[in-house]
Formats: sequence, C-alpha cells, structure tokens
Amino acid sequence: MSTPALATHDVASARPRFRPWRLVGGAAIAIVMLQVVIFLVTNERLEWGVVASYLFNPNVLTGLWMTIFLTIVGMVIGSVLGTLIAAGQLSDFGPVRWICQLYVGVFRGIPPLVQLIFWFNLAYLVPRISIGVPFGPELYSWSSNDLISPLTAAIIGLSLHEAAYMAEIVRSGILAVDTGQKDAARAMGFSRLQTFMKVVLPQSMRVIIPPTGSQFIGLLKGTSLVSVIAMGDLLHSVQVIYNRTYQVVPLLLVAVIWYLVVVTLLTMGQRRIERYFGRGYDRAATAMPKTGQVRTMLTGAVALPEPAGETDATGRARRKGKGA
Amino acid sequence: MNAETTRKTVLEARGVVKRFGDTLALDGVDLSVAEGDVVAILGPSGSGKSTLVRCLHQLESIDGGAMYLDGELLGFEEHRGGLRPRSERQVEQQRRQMGMVFQQFNLFPHWSVLRNITEAPTKVHGVPAAKARARALELLEKVGLSDKADAHPRQLSGGQQQRVAIARAVAPNPRVLLFDEPTSALDPELVDEVLAVMKSLARAGMTMVVVTHEMDFAREVADRCVFMAEGRVVEEGPSAEFFASPRTDRLRSFLTRYSEGRQAVS
Ligand SMILES: Nc1ncnc2c1ncn2[C@@H]1O[C@H](COP(=O)(O)OP(=O)(O)OP(=O)(O)O)[C@@H](O)[C@H]1O
Ligand SMILES: [Mg+2]
Repeated sequence: MSTPALATHDVASARPRFRPWRLVGGAAIAIVMLQVVIFLVTNERLEWGVVASYLFNPNVLTGLWMTIFLTIVGMVIGSVLGTLIAAGQLSDFGPVRWICQLYVGVFRGIPPLVQLIFWFNLAYLVPRISIGVPFGPELYSWSSNDLISPLTAAIIGLSLHEAAYMAEIVRSGILAVDTGQKDAARAMGFSRLQTFMKVVLPQSMRVIIPPTGSQFIGLLKGTSLVSVIAMGDLLHSVQVIYNRTYQVVPLLLVAVIWYLVVVTLLTMGQRRIERYFGRGYDRAATAMPKTGQVRTMLTGAVALPEPAGETDATGRARRKGKGA
Repeated sequence: MNAETTRKTVLEARGVVKRFGDTLALDGVDLSVAEGDVVAILGPSGSGKSTLVRCLHQLESIDGGAMYLDGELLGFEEHRGGLRPRSERQVEQQRRQMGMVFQQFNLFPHWSVLRNITEAPTKVHGVPAAKARARALELLEKVGLSDKADAHPRQLSGGQQQRVAIARAVAPNPRVLLFDEPTSALDPELVDEVLAVMKSLARAGMTMVVVTHEMDFAREVADRCVFMAEGRVVEEGPSAEFFASPRTDRLRSFLTRYSEGRQAVS
C-alpha cells in the first residue's frame, strides 16, 4: 500500500503548463497566414476587380451548371453501375464475376482524358451503331456521329470511369459487412435481393460514403477534362473569356472560387450523410441530437442521455471460447 | 413420454454428408425431431454441430443424404425420375418455416429492436404492419424487454441482444427453431436470462434443435440429446438415459471432462 496523499491537494486549482514550442509553432503559422493574405490583397496582378466582375457572368454560370450537371450525372450513373459491378464481382457465377473484374481492370486503367477523346471519336471506329439479333438481321441503326455529341461522349467517358472506381469502393464496403448479417437475413427467408438491399448495402454505406465523397469531389474537378472536347464546362467557359481578354489569372481565380464553393458544399453534405448511416454504430450519435456531436468533440466525453440501463461497456458481441 | 412414438416427425436428416474441400464436416448424419421436442446437440469443437444446423436451415448446401421438413424434401425436388435443386424461391419458402438463433446474435444494427422483429413478418410473410407490431411488442414483453423496442441493438447488452434475436426468430411462428450455441458469446452472468427464455419457449411447445455446451440446460430441458464427434452422431437418446448411463466411451469421457471442468470453475 502506498502512503495516502496529503488532503490539501486539489487539481481544480492547477494552472496550465507553459509550453514554449506551441508558442513558436503558433507564431510561425500566424506569420505564414499573414503573408498569404498580404499577397492575395496587395498583388495587383490578381486583379480582384476583374474577378468580381466575372464571378456572376452568365457564361461562367452556365459553365458552372454544366460542371455540376456532368458531376451529378456521372456520379449517379457511375454509382448505380458500380454497385451492380461490385455485386457481380462477388457473384458465385464465374462468368459474371470475370466480366465484372475485367471491366474494373480495364476502365480503372485507362486515363479519363484518353477515354473522353476515344468516345468523342467513336464514329471513326464504329460508324454506325445498330440494334439487332447478334450475327443476324439488324433492327435499327444510328449513325455514331449523330449519337455521340461532346455531351454524350463526356457523360459516357466520365460515367464509365467513375463506375470502375465506385465498383471497388462498393465491393470493399460489402466485404466489410460481417457475414453473420447475411446469414441472419437469409435465415429469416429474405431473398438475395432483399438481403442485399435491406441488410448488406445499408451497412456497407458507412464504409462506402467517405471514399465516395472523395470520388464526387474528384469527379467535379475531373469534369474540367471535358474542355478538351469543347464541352462548355466551368473551366472551358473561363478559358473562352480569357482567350479573348488575356486576363488569365483573374479568370482562373473565378473558376477556383466556384470549384471551392461547390467542394465545400459537397463536403458538408457528406458529413450529414455519414452521420445518417453511422446511426446504430456509435451509441452516442444515435441517442443524441445533432448538436450533441459537437459537445462530444469539445468535451471528449460521451454522455448517455437514455435512462440508466444495466448495459455494460459496449454490448458488442464478445467471442468466447473457441474461435471459428 | 410414451406418446413419443405417435408424435409427428417435424424435421429429419438421413445420412447427411457435407464436405468443405477435403474436410468431411458431416459424415452421414441421421437426426429426427418430433413435434414439440427439444433436441440438444452436444459434442467437441469441430465435430460438425454448427455445420449440421446450418445445413438444416439451407445456409449451406449438402453433398449427400437428404433432409425433410414435415415430410417435404428440403432443397431438392424430384425431376424426371431423379433429383434437382429447388429454385431459390422454393428454398426461401422452406427457410421461412424455420427460425435460427446465432451465437453472435446477428441482429441488424441499423434497425431498431422493433424493426428487427417486424421486418420478416411484414416483408416476407405478408403480415399487416399493425399486427406484426403488436406481436413484436408482445414477444418483447415475454423476453422482458418491453422498454427496449425503440433501442438500437448496439445499445443492448449481449444477453438482451440474444433475447431480441430469439424474439425475432419466433415472430413468424416457425415450425422449428434452430439454435447454434446461443449462450457461448455471453458473459457468464448473462447466460441464465437467455436460457430462461429458451425454457419458456420449450414449455410452450416450440420444437427446438439446440447446439449447446450448457449441460444443465440439455439435462433439464431437452427431451433428447445427440452427441456428435468427427461429423457423425456417436450416441443419442432421451436426456435422462443419455446423462445417467452413456453407452459409448466417447460420450462417457466427454461428460466426465465437462463435469470436471465445471467443478474446477466453481
Ligand atoms: N466454411 C467452412 N469452410 C471450411 N471448413 C469449415 C467451414 N465450416 C466448418 N468447417 C469445418 O468443418 C468442421 C466442423 O465444423 P463446425 O463449425 O460444424 O464444428 P462445431 O461442432 O460447430 O464446433 P464448435 O463447437 O467449435 O462450434 C470443422 O473441421 C471445420 O473446420
Ligand atoms: Mg459451432
């Protein structure tokens, strides 16, 4: 037994420790930030006046909408196709598995820029696209040139590229779900589809959402590639203007500002979605209102507002005895 | 227990064989479960107990023999003088007549306790939502968790989770309930609350197949016990005889080891 401490101590009256290196680090950060601000404000070549005059220019806004439109369409098609391919990669039917793996291997390997140019020039390779009986009569056909506009080439190229990445993200999400969940769902008589849609996919979302958010942001910036096939996206719209006025820097700043605004909004949306799909995992998050999260972060403590249960630490399954 | 011969057989396995690659997990298993009976399956680790119940519930396919539920061949159907696997729909239909409780509970963490219980009745069995809800609440009361209907599974202790899992399995009124070591993942002080629920189910006449290491439960609650080793049924019989006068050396030494182990602990 150690000797009992003197009863006169009380840590409540303790003063914070002096930490000199924090002072140095804080000062260094402040100096750098100050210099950046001074650069941004005083450098006349940034021409903030020009930036302001073009920020809401109708052509720029049209380009911005096109960028957002392409991002959303690419993401929606990419996610749906990617989820199907992910499920296919995990199929117990060999041919389906192989074709899905082949897809991912090929489309993840081709740079999106190459794909865009390729799809845009599809007519060179395949002059007509037709629907018909394989190796048999043709029912209907279109000229590829009519079908492939810059817009369709952009949508096809971005979606197919995105699908390959989403397939890998969804696949890893599915694999992260405990196999016992699938067993339980099947045991209750759920069909394969019900098991996937009701049990596996919602639980894999927790793992799928964060990388999908990065994909979304990556795709938003990736749409700037379509300017090479003369699609009027955000970057292309400012390029058109500065090719005329030679105000390259301020117009690029206009594009940068809009990209940052949209990325910030996307990030905020992602956080909300993460919180939604995290429910049921974090005891605190499920029991607390949204603002409670902030409180938890600040205090570092987790308060359980529910009536005191006789629950022990985590309630998680503890594997006992022989493992599987 | 003289009615035993006349009671209907609900679940039956005849010469069931299951292989995992080169391992022979089940090597010709026979099992017969009469209506209202509780059958305990005992045996050392790796003897194929889990594999047997998983096969019975068609979570694994079998490589030989046959299984029947109420006389209907499970998983296969007659076709042109031979057998062929049933369609997925038919297999699901057969699974819906049985319930299963897992060692790791396997509740769905993204749903409330109530939804865990009502989802299969409403979405699989076509029970109206209000009716399913009423039944779920009634079952929760029976397992002593009326106040947890809106909780999420991770907010519950292991014992509470397992009781919810039992309520979930019972909700669609299955013909048979299969249990795979329902108390093995629990802290010792939580085991009894789960066993109590299982006992009351047995008293209510539920047909049950229970893989367990709880010798007292097997002795007191089970009507019949089955001892498995290396994928075979080594010995089986009415519980009283099974424990009082084991016929095989394997069972005798298994039982001795268990009772010694228990004394060592207590
Ligand atoms: N999915 C699987 N893949 C390969 N082998 C398996 C698989 N499941 C079970 N086995 C093997 O089959 C045999 C029987 O396993 P099973 O899990 O049925 O034993 P058990 O009696 O339930 O044991 P325990 O008491 O440890 O749970 C073991 O040799 C095991 O290694
Ligand atoms: Mg087992």
